[in-house]
Amino acid sequence: MWKWFHQLASPPHFYRLAGLWAPWFMGAALVLMAYSLYAGLVLAPMDYQQKDAFRIIYVHVPSAYLSLMAYTMMAVASAIGLIWRMKLAHAVAASAAPIGASFTFLALFTGSVWGYPMWGTWWEWSDPRMMTELILLFLYLGYMALRAAFEDRKRADRAGAVLAIVGVVNVVLVHYSVEWWSSLHQGQTIMNENATMPASMLTPLLTMILAFTLFFGALMFSRLRGEVLLRESNARWVRRLVAEEAAHA
Amino acid sequence: MLEFFAMGGYALYVWSAFGVTLVVLAGNWWFARRRHAQIIATLRRSAQVDSPEAQPGFKEVMT
Repeated sequence: MWKWFHQLASPPHFYRLAGLWAPWFMGAALVLMAYSLYAGLVLAPMDYQQKDAFRIIYVHVPSAYLSLMAYTMMAVASAIGLIWRMKLAHAVAASAAPIGASFTFLALFTGSVWGYPMWGTWWEWSDPRMMTELILLFLYLGYMALRAAFEDRKRADRAGAVLAIVGVVNVVLVHYSVEWWSSLHQGQTIMNENATMPASMLTPLLTMILAFTLFFGALMFSRLRGEVLLRESNARWVRRLVAEEAAHA
Repeated sequence: MLEFFAMGGYALYVWSAFGVTLVVLAGNWWFARRRHAQIIATLRRSAQVDSPEAQPGFKEVMT
């Protein structure tokens, strides 16, 4: 087991494994997404309060979940990178940022088009859930801008890591915003003993969350491979690999 | 069938949410692939001349 972890941390080994795993994660994500779409849009019954508009939940909740999960991953990887000086950890943080930002945008957008027919407003500046999620988007964009401002990658890694770790407070605020302050936003749907969803509605939501997570995994593997090449650009295996790719092209 | 697409009068909201999600997911995949290709191309160029910083386009991909 330890040997396996050691091998995983070796860049050429990781590069190869990530290349092998990415298509499987992507394939599984697409199959699960197709099922969840059918089950969520066709099979699931209409909600008695929200009618068919509730179906937006099947893209809103998975996006919002990933927006928080990706940030947490970014912050944890940054901490590992700072403390143990592990190169791959900084690569993980750098790869997660653009993906996380895109899912944060999705959570905000789908929330907005769900909010309008339900609450009569696209956006509410005083709402804690909306504001903390918007700050999350700015944290991602700030992290990427900060990285881009450094020419030296090691300094970009360190500066970005500090920002990512400080910003993790906001993840906690997003999560508890609907409990701590009064919000237009409804409370938790899953993992809440008071709000119960029938299986025909809940199952597609859970499978969609799994599908989004697998999709995120495939994207991470794909982006990480590039990051590994950049960080190891002077290693012999990278030079050989690039020369081989050139021969194919 | 038409009833399905009408989404009980919420078609605009439901389909825009799902449509934009599809675009963002596809875009993510496209950008990830493009970045990988760009990195390989940059490394190839810098391998030809042995000073990577001298190459145009190096900085954009490296940051």
